[in-house]
Amino acid sequence: MSIENYSLSHLRELEAEAIHIIREVAAEFENPVMLYSIGKDSSVMVRLAEKAFYPGKVPFPLMHIDSKWKFREMIDFRDNYAKEKGWDLIVHYNKEGFESGVGPFTHGSKVHTDIMKTQALLAGLNKHGFDAAFGGARRDEEKSRAKERIFSFRDQFHQWDPKNQRPELWANYNTRVMKGESIRVFPISNWTELDVWQYIRLENIPIVPLYYAKERPVVEYNGALILVDDERMPKELAAKAKMEMVRFRTLGCYPLTGAVRSEADTIEKIVEEMMTTTESERTTRVIDFDQEASMEQKKREGYF
Amino acid sequence: MEDKTKALNIEEFLAQDEKKDLLRLLTAGSVDDGKSTLIGRLLFDSKRLYEDQLVALERDSKRVGHAGEKIDYALLLDGLKAEREQGITIDVAYRYFSTNRRKFIIADTPGHEQYTRNMVTGASTANLAIILVDATKGVITQTKRHTFLISLLGIKHVVLAVNKMDLVDYKQDVFNSICEDYKAFLTRLDIPDVHFIPMSALNGDNVVNLSQNMTWYNGQPILELLETIHVSSDRNFTDLRYPVQYVLRPEHNFRGFSAKVASGIVRKGDELMVLPSRKTSRVKEIVTYDGEQDYAFPPESVTVTLEDEIDISRGDMLVHPHNQPRVERHFEAMLVWMDENEMNPNTNFIIKQTTNLTKARIDKIRYKIDVNSMHRSEVDYFKLNEIGRVVVTTSKTLFFDAYEKNRETGSFILIDPVTHNTCAVGMIIDRVSAEDLPNRISDADRKKVAEGESLVSLKEREAKMQQKGQTIWITGLHGSGKTDVAYMLEKRLFDLGHVTVLLDGNKVRAGLSKELDYSSADRAEHLRRVAEVCRLLNDQGIIVICTFISPLKDIRKQVKKIIGEDRFSLVYMSTDLETSKIHAPELYKLAEEGKLQHLAGVDSPYEIPKNPDVTLDIKTASVESIVEIIQSK
Ligand SMILES: Nc1nc2c(ncn2[C@@H]2O[C@H](COP(=O)(O)OP(=O)(O)O)[C@@H](O)[C@H]2O)c(=O)[nH]1
Repeated sequence: MSIENYSLSHLRELEAEAIHIIREVAAEFENPVMLYSIGKDSSVMVRLAEKAFYPGKVPFPLMHIDSKWKFREMIDFRDNYAKEKGWDLIVHYNKEGFESGVGPFTHGSKVHTDIMKTQALLAGLNKHGFDAAFGGARRDEEKSRAKERIFSFRDQFHQWDPKNQRPELWANYNTRVMKGESIRVFPISNWTELDVWQYIRLENIPIVPLYYAKERPVVEYNGALILVDDERMPKELAAKAKMEMVRFRTLGCYPLTGAVRSEADTIEKIVEEMMTTTESERTTRVIDFDQEASMEQKKREGYF
Repeated sequence: MEDKTKALNIEEFLAQDEKKDLLRLLTAGSVDDGKSTLIGRLLFDSKRLYEDQLVALERDSKRVGHAGEKIDYALLLDGLKAEREQGITIDVAYRYFSTNRRKFIIADTPGHEQYTRNMVTGASTANLAIILVDATKGVITQTKRHTFLISLLGIKHVVLAVNKMDLVDYKQDVFNSICEDYKAFLTRLDIPDVHFIPMSALNGDNVVNLSQNMTWYNGQPILELLETIHVSSDRNFTDLRYPVQYVLRPEHNFRGFSAKVASGIVRKGDELMVLPSRKTSRVKEIVTYDGEQDYAFPPESVTVTLEDEIDISRGDMLVHPHNQPRVERHFEAMLVWMDENEMNPNTNFIIKQTTNLTKARIDKIRYKIDVNSMHRSEVDYFKLNEIGRVVVTTSKTLFFDAYEKNRETGSFILIDPVTHNTCAVGMIIDRVSAEDLPNRISDADRKKVAEGESLVSLKEREAKMQQKGQTIWITGLHGSGKTDVAYMLEKRLFDLGHVTVLLDGNKVRAGLSKELDYSSADRAEHLRRVAEVCRLLNDQGIIVICTFISPLKDIRKQVKKIIGEDRFSLVYMSTDLETSKIHAPELYKLAEEGKLQHLAGVDSPYEIPKNPDVTLDIKTASVESIVEIIQSK
């Protein structure tokens, strides 16, 4: 017998922790769902769910809240990948908002995000009566997340009360909720951005090509580089488009997500860029500029 | 700091990063000892702060910072707006940084007096604790409290960081005397590995680099210590505890038991015992998405299949047959009360321990411990942040070890059954065997018993027996078939799984009513006694079947009142006198000959009930309608 090694690398330890969390939810909740945003963090989370129940199938559905302003490449990726993997995927969007033409160019980022993301998410959760929803948020992403529990209790209005969180000790998670209440669960809370990239690399997890640098048509808008993704971009703006080597560090609604000029077209180059970069990930997300504590505000309102 | 990252190409960097292990640490100190400054520095110096975060930092410190013109590292760390406005940190926040040797997760907990809860939370997952002391103040009450909590939570490595050495001119004797004070206090606690570092977080002395101002110090700077300290052997690799978390049955011929290995090593081919069934089998495969494994160790999350088909569900535990945990419902623990609401010791708490969820009762509070003085005192209940030793009884059997031997199986949380809040957390002490634990009857229960109240409620009894305590009272003439119906009913109820008692005139008169005769006064007394017995038995959830002539309305009414209206059903045997006489001729003959008195229907009246619940005849007697009534209650 070979010499046995009883130590795990930090990534394998984080992986084991996440699998434990995911199984705990499947065992203790009646109707859980995994929120799938198509981004890199979600992709890692879904892989962890597949690992948790291997060789069985993931015993809960995935749900994508479609704001109807996502990059087209995201939607293509979602549909192909879900089909290939045989996922039980729910796509939910705010029909009323969509039909009355709500969008970032016309209504501004705040109104758009509230109606097409936050309201849509809450309606989607209510419609299916989910009592637990996995999210791919990480604590190192944003200040208010650093203090949030892995099992984050939400009242019947999906609101988070930062001052009244349940104590969370060891890996002993309190999953009790009353009817109408729910828990948001963040299995990759303890992962950093580097961990996520490293894991994607080691596990060969497919990600939306927008993460890799490529020549793309972009315009300067609200101080960010915005991709001309469809004809809904105002014509006078789209007319200013220039082809540039860019990539995206986060993915969301295309008018609200800024690209960065970059040559990084492999994961290794992305990591290299990230380690030597001078801007943090969140600066490319336009919404965060609105208000200093905007993410905390959003969380209190029920958005992640 | 020497930058090794740059010197590597990206592939080398990633290959190195992939192998790093993880250290989870906790920082504690009282307000203004420099905790935030130290953490900020560790994050800053390990190059985890991106430039724009620094830009945001400068903007922030102008608005709400306390440190005047200087960059305030502490601001990097505060998360929530409300807290920031109050200028305090009120909860546990997690921070991440890495060096080229290790990844770190810091649980940042505030040092305020009232926040034992937060510290205990942060400590529960930490391998190591940094305790800050202000060199100008030395070891203070809070230092002791934090150290006590750290030892309570079983952290094995402590770094005493004596900060603000710049304010005491970097003097060695100041540092030494603080260390001596601390050591004196430590002798009372159980912390195996303690390090002492003189430091100035503000100036960076002994944080990343050894300080030029304290050449007398010949230890490591704090970051180097954190990078090199050996913690993986703190895990328990000896006692296999595999608490089944999830049963995987994707197809008929695959049955896998998923769990996070809590402790010990599980190997392919190992003989395992299942708790609580004590059945044994061998490990067939250890399955993971990434392929089969020959063995699994903590904290891996894997799936095990067994050679034999054994019924196993979530909450069961797989162990080696020769190394078993305690399998008990009764144990002692140190409890930390975490809820704003004070403890009601009579609550039936929900307890979660490994993958088991059941009810728990606090039998006794042995003492409360004052975290500042270590003094013990007697209390009836706990308030927020209070800690003490308790005796617990659970409804289901749990599989556990002492917390000091096994953090995973020795810990539990208590959940309030009404608010569902996590109201307390506990660490099991395994010194006294369950049989020797006193007070199986709790202090609260003792009060109940003294007041004549049972510890088993009617509701619990009825739930267990799956029936409502009630009385079926069969009235009718002598010979009308009451006894036949009663015995048929008794048999039928027995077959249905009910618990019954049957009372008839002969049995009761042979003992309970021995001294009574058949005068109307004595008859009334006789039936009053019977009714009282019915009531007592019904109170315990038992179904009583009574068969008594009970000819008078008033007496039946009184009986009904004693037993309780909603528990009483009257069955009337409507068999006429002639048929009854044919059925049971002896007594009627004696009565007609005048040798027997007071026989209803002969020389005393039988008053036919107006609204019986069931009316039966000797010829058509079927007990099903009575069974229906009983089961519908
Ligand atoms: N002179 C000196 N001041 C320090 C040192 N470390 C922290 N401080 C100051 O002490 C004050 C409290 O520090 P802070 O990190 O906010 O303390 P916390 O409450 O423990 O997080 C701040 O004004 C710091 O600048 C030190 O090593 N030397």
